[in-house]
Amino acid sequence: MWGYAGILSLGHGAFFALGGYCMGMYLMRQIGTRGVYGNPELPDFMVFLNWKELPWYWYGFDSFAFAALMAILVPGVLAFVFSWFAFRSRVTGVYLSIITQALTFALMLAFFRNDMGFGGNNGLTDFKDILGFEVQAPETRLGLYVASIVALGLSFLVCRFIVASRLGRVLLALRDAESRVRFLGYSVTNAKLFAFTVSAMLAGLAGALYVPQVGIINPSEFSPANSIEIAIWVAVGGRGTLVGAVLGAGLVNWFKTWLTGAAPEVWLFFLGALFILVTLAMPAGVVGLVRRLRLRRAQRAAA
Amino acid sequence: MNAGALAMRKSPEARPAPAASVALATAADSMLYLDGVSVSFDGFKALNNLSLTVDRGELRTVIGPNGAGKTTMMDIVTGKTKPDSGVVLFDNNVDLTRLDETAIANLGIGRKFQKPTVFENLSVFENLELALKGERRIWRALLARLCGEDRERVAETLAAIGLADRAQEAAGALSHGQKQWLEIGMLLVQDQQLLLLDEPVAGMTDHETRQTAELILGLAGTRTVVVVEHDMEFVRSLGARVTVLHEGSVLAEGSIDHVQNDSRVIEVYLGR
Repeated sequence: MWGYAGILSLGHGAFFALGGYCMGMYLMRQIGTRGVYGNPELPDFMVFLNWKELPWYWYGFDSFAFAALMAILVPGVLAFVFSWFAFRSRVTGVYLSIITQALTFALMLAFFRNDMGFGGNNGLTDFKDILGFEVQAPETRLGLYVASIVALGLSFLVCRFIVASRLGRVLLALRDAESRVRFLGYSVTNAKLFAFTVSAMLAGLAGALYVPQVGIINPSEFSPANSIEIAIWVAVGGRGTLVGAVLGAGLVNWFKTWLTGAAPEVWLFFLGALFILVTLAMPAGVVGLVRRLRLRRAQRAAA
Repeated sequence: MNAGALAMRKSPEARPAPAASVALATAADSMLYLDGVSVSFDGFKALNNLSLTVDRGELRTVIGPNGAGKTTMMDIVTGKTKPDSGVVLFDNNVDLTRLDETAIANLGIGRKFQKPTVFENLSVFENLELALKGERRIWRALLARLCGEDRERVAETLAAIGLADRAQEAAGALSHGQKQWLEIGMLLVQDQQLLLLDEPVAGMTDHETRQTAELILGLAGTRTVVVVEHDMEFVRSLGARVTVLHEGSVLAEGSIDHVQNDSRVIEVYLGR
């Protein structure tokens, strides 16, 4: 979305977290009587808060299919409504980035509240099993890992299809000359709406896969820093390429795992420095660098 | 340049001229009708009670000193700017002041910007592909495929604008003049009825300017064209009716010789 259509969202962590919460709600319902308070209906935190019955928006989440659907639909609908207002008013560039930050920040504050019914600042945790399999078991973890890879592959194919279509070229054209696209008769609002909504749904899917693997979802997932980190993955990997986004995410997270283990306090400084470095030294990211090197080698071979 | 052939190949339904309505049509067959249009920005009157009629199939040139309101007039017609007052009608019956840019573009009004605006990162071919007349809905664009007729149409336009051998190159690599042609080509392939060309020969060599004049003259009769231009020689070579704008309203109108001998026009251009 950033590389192709030129829309930089710094709030996609919100859609990721929403997808995660949907899955978390399902996992909470699966705990059943095994919770600390042994209440078959209510999750522990609700018993603790003296709630008598399940709030209406928790209905249906005892079904995996429903939760999985919601993990994609809820972020999708929110993204659609939010971006409809934003794009219709022709909010672009840095202003759009700022309001997406505001969106994720507002959601974070809301989910911190106990009376929202999502576990307040503790979030949802203590999961027992998913689809009847124990969450902690190595076989389940492997299954989830495979599911994540399959999801990544499918998402990649969906994105490839969009990018290769005429709509993909409309999005690319939009980045170059938005007014020309408008005068050609395409609805700029609808095109952006489409890109924004699809990417939010993919983020929701990612969140839903993330939660059972880490075993917790809490409001800090909504923190603006998370969303910025996502944007940095893309910048490092290479804007405007799908491979770049995947590569960047892998690379930055590998670094993160290593560095937060070795010297946790410098991680955020490192992340900031990395972003500045990439923007200045290799605007097309790792993929761009590889392409440039390959081109140079080809030229040398030809000479 | 092969503009004539291209202009000739117009779909029949695009030009409604039923025999029964001919008498009526000759009375008021305007493609573009502006009456008493005013707009001001921060107290500056960009257009001041501007009235202008362009007939169907007419080629019209609009000249005027800087700040006369030429570009603002195009902004009004294409929906980029809304007028404070006045009437703007397309094809006798469509009120353009109520529509947005996308809707106006889909009615059949095309615009070439003063600064050539093409999609630099797409190829020349892809630029024309996106402009192709037809479906504009986003869902359809996801599944759209080029049919043989589409390819043919793009190829014809490429030939008409002299860019056939550069179809696969990125539009950003074209010269300034070629970008201007590509932008005009995008309007042609879009099959627009009314073309608004803002300074189509700015930055062109004499040779390119002559080719552009041929291209525009080849469209005359089948499409309505409004050209805004500073280059008097180019305006003369088009040999069309000239409207002179000054301070947001029409100062004079007529043949190039007529307006060049008009004392008020001379005063505006040469100073008092």
